[in-house]
Amino acid sequence: MDKVLSVHDMNVTFALHQSEVRAVSELSFSLARGETLAVVGESGSGKSQAFLAIMGLLARNGHASGRAMLGDVNLIGMAPDALDQYRGRDIAMIFQDPMTSLNPSLKVKTQLAEVLVRHQQMDERKAQTEVIAMLERVGMPEPVKRANAYPHELSGGMRQRVMIAMALLCRPKILIADEPTTALDVTVQAQMLDLFKSLTNDFGTALVMITHDLGVVAGLADRMMVMYGGRAVEKGTTDQLFYDPRHPYTLGLLHSTPHVAKRARRLDPIQGLPPSLEHLPSGCAFHPRCAFRFEKCFVERPPLAEIGGGREKACWVDGPLQRREVA
Amino acid sequence: MDNRPDILRIENLGKTFSIGAALFSRPLTLTALQDISFTIRQGETLGIVGESGCGKSTLGRCILQLLTPDSGRVLWMGEDIASLPKEEMRKRRRDLQIIFQDPLASLNPRMTVGEIIADPLRTLMPELDAVARRAKVLKTMEAVGLLPEMINRYPHEFSGGQAQRIGIARALITDPKLIVCDEPVSALDVSIQAQILNLLADLKDEFGLTLIFISHNLSVVRHVSDRILVLYLGRMVELAEGDDLYEAPKHPYTRALLTAVPIPDPIRARQRTIDGLEGEIPSPINPPSGCTFRTRCRFAIGLCAEERPPLENTGHGLVACHRWKELELQPGA
Repeated sequence: MDKVLSVHDMNVTFALHQSEVRAVSELSFSLARGETLAVVGESGSGKSQAFLAIMGLLARNGHASGRAMLGDVNLIGMAPDALDQYRGRDIAMIFQDPMTSLNPSLKVKTQLAEVLVRHQQMDERKAQTEVIAMLERVGMPEPVKRANAYPHELSGGMRQRVMIAMALLCRPKILIADEPTTALDVTVQAQMLDLFKSLTNDFGTALVMITHDLGVVAGLADRMMVMYGGRAVEKGTTDQLFYDPRHPYTLGLLHSTPHVAKRARRLDPIQGLPPSLEHLPSGCAFHPRCAFRFEKCFVERPPLAEIGGGREKACWVDGPLQRREVA
Repeated sequence: MDNRPDILRIENLGKTFSIGAALFSRPLTLTALQDISFTIRQGETLGIVGESGCGKSTLGRCILQLLTPDSGRVLWMGEDIASLPKEEMRKRRRDLQIIFQDPLASLNPRMTVGEIIADPLRTLMPELDAVARRAKVLKTMEAVGLLPEMINRYPHEFSGGQAQRIGIARALITDPKLIVCDEPVSALDVSIQAQILNLLADLKDEFGLTLIFISHNLSVVRHVSDRILVLYLGRMVELAEGDDLYEAPKHPYTRALLTAVPIPDPIRARQRTIDGLEGEIPSPINPPSGCTFRTRCRFAIGLCAEERPPLENTGHGLVACHRWKELELQPGA
């Protein structure tokens, strides 16, 4: 398969006053042209930090090691100036809250055109024409009028369209979307998910969808990577993970998700709380919340290992899972 | 369950806001709620859904008298709360509590957990002394799954889910009869969301609570609610039992909302077509004439622009649509 990004053994740490916290550990995955990968996990699972590290956007006390290969180029450890050749052009990222990513004092067309002027040395006039065409492509109503608006004059859904348009202007190979629909109404969310689907088809862009909402990824993602405590704990196709989850955490996420077509008297939540990265549990980090744990899980961390069918999981329990309560 | 008494009756409730206009120009009027009428039975959970700006939070706040409605009445156990003398109103306030969306933002960072939970007692149950207050706080903390040793800690030491438990304890401490839950799980991770929803269900059973559950998440609302009220631009468009609403929506907007809900099932999610709800909600400052949904409705006809559809009884609930009888809408999901 045509790989556009391969990440090998990536670690992300943050220096605190006295200590160091590891947000991402030994993460490896690859992304093929035009495919959609969902990265799923709770707050603190490391799902956002992993991709901020790839984009060179970690906070100042953050440090990344390992390799994130964009073709022959390793993005990890690259100086910001050098990274700017690739960011925006080859790999772009959008966030949950577009308002924090847009400059409130510039018109939409000005900040979007800047991307083309800077990366493709396009002249301003031509850039603005391109911008309006792209706004139209991402489904912005009245694109000419909105291009002349300021960000605060747009609705949340329109702002997210502006962000997507900005990210796609240079036709990047990879688009990373961090909870892009979490703040949106369900109707606008549905429009956005449709838009993502058509964009990956039309432009061949590989999409990384970072989210905690399994409903969002079910119809969109080709493959999934589930993260817990900074590590990938299960990887496989979307159908494999939804219909035959092999890691108890994946199973727990599925049972926690309410389904609009079914009314259950009670949901089946994962017990307990996500771990603090500063004090990760011994052995398997999920063992305090796990219904399937046994002695080994308390002391030895299961490695991420292939289990056939192109799948991987990090769990000592063999075979398919049946639902169980935490004893 | 239908023979339980009505505990709350809302009659023709309306609420407008003045939008501060530029100097020398007239202020604009935003109609947040118009002609809202419904009743809630004791022990029932009523879900209120709609997109942002539909008025669902304003409605919750008007019911609690945190906002003063411009028109209409809120009858709590047969009494118009707004017309009560101050002292009587304070007594009623014990019965009616609220839980907010952002648990950390709604807790005072300088107060300990114990102080936060006890706070409503100071004004609403001033007869309790310090010993009795502390005992009540501990009992409530236990009910919501907080450990007694957490009583002297501060909000920032808690995760979102734990903070929401503190918010629930604060609402529960006055022994309320009704709690308005305003997007109580929207800010939480999915595994924690399920814990809080189960907790609310348990508390409802244990204390015989009546709940108003406001959310934009239809999956969550379906899960917790007996009946569901759908709002659009400040008006009621449909009100029905949960199963009827989901299996046989009568209003095109309800149906559109349902088809937009993400389904956590890949095969069904791929097969499904979303009922094209084009565009975004019109401005509530200048709403469309007639039926306010007509600008996004693919069933709209000339009549819809001319006349506002009345709320009609369908036999299974209420719907405000000129064409509800002739449209055979499929279930949403």
